[in-house]
Amino acid sequence: MSWSLLFFLLVGAVSLAAALGVVTSRQPVHSALFLLTNFATLAVLYITLDAQFLAAAQVIVYAGGIVILILFVIMLIGGDTNDFSAAQRAWSRTVGIALGVILLLTVSYSVLSRMMGPSEESVALLQGGTPKAVGIALFTNYVLPFELIALLLLVALIGALVLGRQPEGAGDGIPSVKANE
Amino acid sequence: MMVETSLYLVLAAMIFTVGATGVLLRRNALIIFMCIEMMLNSVNLTLIALARQWGNLEGQIFVFMIMAVAAAEVAVGLAILIANVRHRESINIDEINLLKW
Repeated sequence: MSWSLLFFLLVGAVSLAAALGVVTSRQPVHSALFLLTNFATLAVLYITLDAQFLAAAQVIVYAGGIVILILFVIMLIGGDTNDFSAAQRAWSRTVGIALGVILLLTVSYSVLSRMMGPSEESVALLQGGTPKAVGIALFTNYVLPFELIALLLLVALIGALVLGRQPEGAGDGIPSVKANE
Repeated sequence: MMVETSLYLVLAAMIFTVGATGVLLRRNALIIFMCIEMMLNSVNLTLIALARQWGNLEGQIFVFMIMAVAAAEVAVGLAILIANVRHRESINIDEINLLKW
């Protein structure tokens, strides 16, 4: 077993464990921290896949932006509801796990039926996924989608502002969610 | 020696499955949100692994776009969640049924 494979298996195991932690944690804060672990390990995997720029972007956008935003909302609305017990349909857990296993088996079968590895020259074409290589591709062939993304972010920003605005005259702020609803 | 692309794809499939199962199992809107983010990330991993497989930067450009869309989605989604908490004082999605006929 080569060192790179060992490294992949280690990081992948941590990533998968963190993913399971997100789903099984009772406290949303713990879920958010597991999510952070998952994002960080994926950034490590991106580096091993010759995507240096995206690894940095992953840490900045996901770990630095999205997880912090989620943590803010958790602190804002409390949200320590124990949703495992109450208002849970009896069959939904069984059906959920069964559907998940079927999905996993289907995808694994289609992927593992033929193992494939990249060739040396195809990896050389990526140029390590450096900011320079990605930037040149982004600002030559993909400049229109790039501008559209900028527009989308602006619309999302305004939309979030409008949705999150306090209604006129309502001064009591955001009520926190009661525990164990 | 490089790790085979298939292994990355299987890991991505596993994370996607965990996320999808989480959406089906949990009733807390915040945790469902996190599971959706996790699924988006597993797809990102797939795209980057296949970008290396075929030696094509387009996969990485796709991932960049997905990251921007995910950021927009989180901003709007969390705003909707907060607006709903103002109305209903709940983030249990079984109780978010205003649009239900």
